Amino acid sequence: MMIKLAVVGLGKMGLSHLAMIKAHPGVTLEAICDSTGYVLDVLNKYTGLKTFSDYSSMLNEAELDAVLIATPSRYHADMVKAALDRGLHVFCEKPLCLSVKDAEELTALAQQKGLVNQVGYHYRFVGAFQEVKRLLDANAIGTVTHVLAEAYGPVVLKPKGSTWRTQRTEGGGCLYDYAAHPINLVNWYFGEPHGVGGTVLNSIFSKETDDEVYSTLYFGDGKSAQVSVNWSDESYRKMSAKITIQGTAGRIYADRQECQVFLRDGATIPQGYQTGWNVRYTTDLTEPVWFYIRGEEYSSQLDYFVRQIQQKSGDNVNSFANAAATDRVIAMMIADAEKGPATGADSASLAAPVHKQLSLSGRLLGLLRGR
Amino acid sequence: MDHLLFGDNQFFGVNHMSEEKARAQAMRFQDTSAIIDVLDIAYDTGIKTFMCTTHDRIETVCDHMRANPQRYQDFVFYPCMPYAHKYANAMTDYGMLGAIKHFMPNEGFIDAAMRGGMSLAKKDIEGITTLLIDAEMKMFQGLKTPVIFLQNVVVDLLLGLGFKDAFRIFATHVKARYNAEPGFITMNLPMLLDVLDEVGIENPIVCANINKIGFRVCGGVEAYERALHERKFRAIAMSVFASGAIPAKEAIEWVCQQPNIESIVFGASSQTNIHKTWKLVEQYWKASAQ
Repeated sequence: MMIKLAVVGLGKMGLSHLAMIKAHPGVTLEAICDSTGYVLDVLNKYTGLKTFSDYSSMLNEAELDAVLIATPSRYHADMVKAALDRGLHVFCEKPLCLSVKDAEELTALAQQKGLVNQVGYHYRFVGAFQEVKRLLDANAIGTVTHVLAEAYGPVVLKPKGSTWRTQRTEGGGCLYDYAAHPINLVNWYFGEPHGVGGTVLNSIFSKETDDEVYSTLYFGDGKSAQVSVNWSDESYRKMSAKITIQGTAGRIYADRQECQVFLRDGATIPQGYQTGWNVRYTTDLTEPVWFYIRGEEYSSQLDYFVRQIQQKSGDNVNSFANAAATDRVIAMMIADAEKGPATGADSASLAAPVHKQLSLSGRLLGLLRGR
Repeated sequence: MDHLLFGDNQFFGVNHMSEEKARAQAMRFQDTSAIIDVLDIAYDTGIKTFMCTTHDRIETVCDHMRANPQRYQDFVFYPCMPYAHKYANAMTDYGMLGAIKHFMPNEGFIDAAMRGGMSLAKKDIEGITTLLIDAEMKMFQGLKTPVIFLQNVVVDLLLGLGFKDAFRIFATHVKARYNAEPGFITMNLPMLLDVLDEVGIENPIVCANINKIGFRVCGGVEAYERALHERKFRAIAMSVFASGAIPAKEAIEWVCQQPNIESIVFGASSQTNIHKTWKLVEQYWKASAQ
């Protein structure tokens, strides 16, 4: 069965999605929609694609199974809802919504209607990050105690004019655009944190949003994750997300290119691994795709979306529910940053993660015993 | 085209295996003189073609070649355009239309202004495309550029969108204005060959990943093999070592055994690796010709 699909929003992400999905052997591209008439006219003139400048008209007139939404983030909620109401499967760019309530309502609606729902957190389709998931599921590094989730890249390198990407209220900024990715990876690996602290959302060049994001995420069992993200870092050629995970039996480091694993003596050694250092490269970990533009993961996530529709699968590695979890963490971080730092006066009331922490006397005792 | 062409990924912190290695290379090649040193080694070994992106820093390499015409009299550039990052960033900042305007020469050239303004107004991509090509080619003035490539991100984006006319426009302009052969870099070789056929670009020069382990060959190894056996095109193999995943000897031996390959493009930073690759190609290309 060919999936009849429309792409909505033809900015950078939308165009690249359009090029990949149009080349997919299981898809017929029924329509494209954007508010810029000029872009539509050029595409129509040279590619013959059917164009709409109004989303509702497109939903009324085009015969569709699914939509791919890559509009500015603040439009996501209404557009996704309209598509779900018409029984269409939805792939939406990240972040899903700027309001947790919207994200949760859309999740419930998609589930209730039994429609495939997916969000473009493409790092879950990167071979090296998938390998990390396999290693964690196999308990390769024992009990995880700490995670460092990072992303750096050159997006805002000087003060700029105003677009939706320069305003937090429209979903612009380092937190929504960049930090969402490493946070989403942490959610994938360890679920949702029960709290966040020490959040810094700082501007470097942007007037109306953040350019660097730092935060600590606290999990129930003493595990914590630090998020460190900066999109004003020109020393990186392009966006680079990385994750470092400390466990009782070893350590994992991964970025898009490779997965480096150190396994201690006594670790449960997964198949193909050994005690000590192990390195797996993208060349080993990457599955081939039908069409490539700028990274297999972008192609893979779309292929996965198409297959989920074909197989009528209710399960999705990047479901709205998963994206809503990331939206909730983002909301906690914004609230935490607004609260500001703990000062001497109120520090007594702060909920410090006491689990596993030894009392001062316990620590002294440990020292005396040579621990 | 020569059998062996020198690439530039290693100079600009591009490494498909390791970010650490990429960064170390970016540091090492911070000064253009370090790039020139390696180009000199390649040139003196006999590798006279430099296949390079239209990265801003290539301009200083071009200046050096222009300043020393005797030393580099056989030096040949194969420019690969555009340097996609600057356009992608501009698109994020200004949107598609704004990005195009941003890179248009906006004063001084009446012809350019006419071509640009008129084509923008008429939604005619021909004028815009040729202007962008001219802007990218400016740094190579006075140097030999017998083949000019369209980069894979752009080729594959146009290919996916079905923007077929763009390939014809690029080919026509490159031939007419620069007396050069058009070349196309792609990650989707079988699909691109069909489209180039369709728009009437005959026996095109196409550069694609061709390696023993099938790393990044979209459409599948079998479709690539069929293309090499059956299609009429001039193939340049890139990523032959699959970023180091295949030992050099094994990689070159395999590529040299494939039919229809005219050149191999490779990147290296050390004299040892440049010499080694040169010798391997000499050895196995001859062997396969017999």
